[in-house]
Amino acid sequence: MLGQHNDNNPSLELVCPAGTPAALKAAAEAGAHSIYCGLRNETNARNFPGLNFSEKELNAGVRLAHKHGSHVLVAVNTFARAGDTGIWKRAVDAVVASGADAIIAADIAVLDYAKEKHPDLRLHLSVQAAAATPESISFYQNTFGVQRVVLPRVMSVEEIVKLQKEVTVETEVFVFGGLCVMTEGRCALSSYATGKSPNLTGVCSPPGDVSYDEDGSNLYARLGGFTIDGFGAGETAGYPTLCKGRFKAEGETSYLFEDPVSLNAASLLPRLQKAGVTAVKIEGRQRGKAYISQVVKAFRAAVDVMDAGGNAEEEVSAMLSAMTEGGRETTGAYKKIWR
Amino acid sequence: MSKIELSIGPNFFNWSNEKLVDFYARIADEAPVDRVYIGEVICGKRMPFNDKVWPEIYERLTNAGKTVVFSAIALPVTVRDRKSINALSADCELVEANDIACVHKRSGEPFVGGPFLNIYNEQAAKVLMNLGMETFCPPVELPIKSVEAIAQALPELTIELFAFGRLPLAVSGRCYHARAHKLHKDNCQFICDRDLDGMDVTTLDDQKFLAANGIQTLSHSVQAITLDRDELLTKGIGRLRLSPHDVDMIAIAEIYRDLVEGKIKSSEAVARLQTQQLPGALANGYVTGKPGHLWKTD
Repeated sequence: MLGQHNDNNPSLELVCPAGTPAALKAAAEAGAHSIYCGLRNETNARNFPGLNFSEKELNAGVRLAHKHGSHVLVAVNTFARAGDTGIWKRAVDAVVASGADAIIAADIAVLDYAKEKHPDLRLHLSVQAAAATPESISFYQNTFGVQRVVLPRVMSVEEIVKLQKEVTVETEVFVFGGLCVMTEGRCALSSYATGKSPNLTGVCSPPGDVSYDEDGSNLYARLGGFTIDGFGAGETAGYPTLCKGRFKAEGETSYLFEDPVSLNAASLLPRLQKAGVTAVKIEGRQRGKAYISQVVKAFRAAVDVMDAGGNAEEEVSAMLSAMTEGGRETTGAYKKIWR
Repeated sequence: MSKIELSIGPNFFNWSNEKLVDFYARIADEAPVDRVYIGEVICGKRMPFNDKVWPEIYERLTNAGKTVVFSAIALPVTVRDRKSINALSADCELVEANDIACVHKRSGEPFVGGPFLNIYNEQAAKVLMNLGMETFCPPVELPIKSVEAIAQALPELTIELFAFGRLPLAVSGRCYHARAHKLHKDNCQFICDRDLDGMDVTTLDDQKFLAANGIQTLSHSVQAITLDRDELLTKGIGRLRLSPHDVDMIAIAEIYRDLVEGKIKSSEAVARLQTQQLPGALANGYVTGKPGHLWKTD
């Protein structure tokens, strides 16, 4: 049963992304303990074209995952539009109808509706709710009966250790994939440039607002007309994610907010497990099934090695180094020096 | 005749105690505002310094007849941050919650829902109203259409719009002032005190874009909501919030006072704002659900 992982068994629960039915199948076959996905509309924070599940696909996905012994967690984690909350309520109803194991929500309106209409539905608090203290977690636990909290990526391992001692909910932390630099759910940078943001419409730095403009031998990647990065001849042009761009401040040009890196906290798995974290989460609902399969297998092997008393750090870093294709990685806020 | 109030929002920047005391003394004596929010909302590391002057500032403003609200920190992480929320929640008549932790500690006593809380719709606002929320200052990216829908659904709730100032767009675990100066947060040397309105962040081709303030990222532009009095009333707006900057805030408050009293129209308010020395260009795109940096003059 979901969440029992930690009581009888110290294993970390591995929570894996699925942006498509094919990715869900790949994750289940690769050994994901849990798989998270979203409906194909603005109710989830990865509302990109070609991604996500229709209600019918969700029903089939849940059946398939359960056959493999995997749980399904459905993200309804954007903030409902004032005066038009119907889509979000229907999404919650659809999650229940699919037989999925839990809903991941951030909006107090969505949590309130789920608790009132579906008191038996298991509630996970999305990272978009940015609950980082025992007090904020208690609020969601007492008010809505939330059973698990996905922690914001602003906390160090030391802070997670302390937090675990003060809360009775399960915790889930991101360990691999894309990295938000700003506190999730507390960032309107994307809407400032484009009018669209994670909280408003489930997207960040959306492709429809991106342009690549040549100027002499330079190529500028722009978002909503703002230059986010520039590339000289021979440089590989990256995607202009707003917080990973190059900007000028104090007379210097730099990746002011964050370098174009991704999160890899595989080396911290043993410490996170020791801290009492229930589940570790892989980011990447926009990724293809081959990638999902490879990452899930690597992390599942690491978790199994740890269960057998082995050194997960060495095993997993060897497996993952092949996948990042020379891309740069960070352990993010988990190490205090990041700040 | 319905009154639309004015407030001075919490100061986001690392101003010296001397500057804080002077600033609020002027607000107390000269600013035609009803309510003033005080306290440190951005960085707990600044608290040991400015904690010393808040009691004196509180006294000064209260004696001048202002309603004073203590604003709590937006991103509590450390024990100090959490203690500050607990203390404000327990001791103050009215606090502004900028993190849900504060709502929890307030346990039903009245509070203001600040712009850092994620309240996007009437149902979420109603849950918090039942827990004591008496005023709601919506997240800055929320379009006026949504604000209006919330106001209509909850007529007893005072809606306070973030009407003037650089837009608070994001908070982070990382300090960008420290990073820009090749320091890190634990050893930041309080370098954010150099930029009284935040540190300008421009693009590679020199577009004015953002402003960093410690762990906070703001817009470079200055939000200016200048709807006419009648429009504000129709939309259910009860108060406008003016966010402190190192500018002539008395003059800004006077412009907005004339606007909410119906003495001047939107166009005149804009013309008068444009004569002020401001840290960035005027913007109001968020009001109509457009990119926040745009200036729409329709």
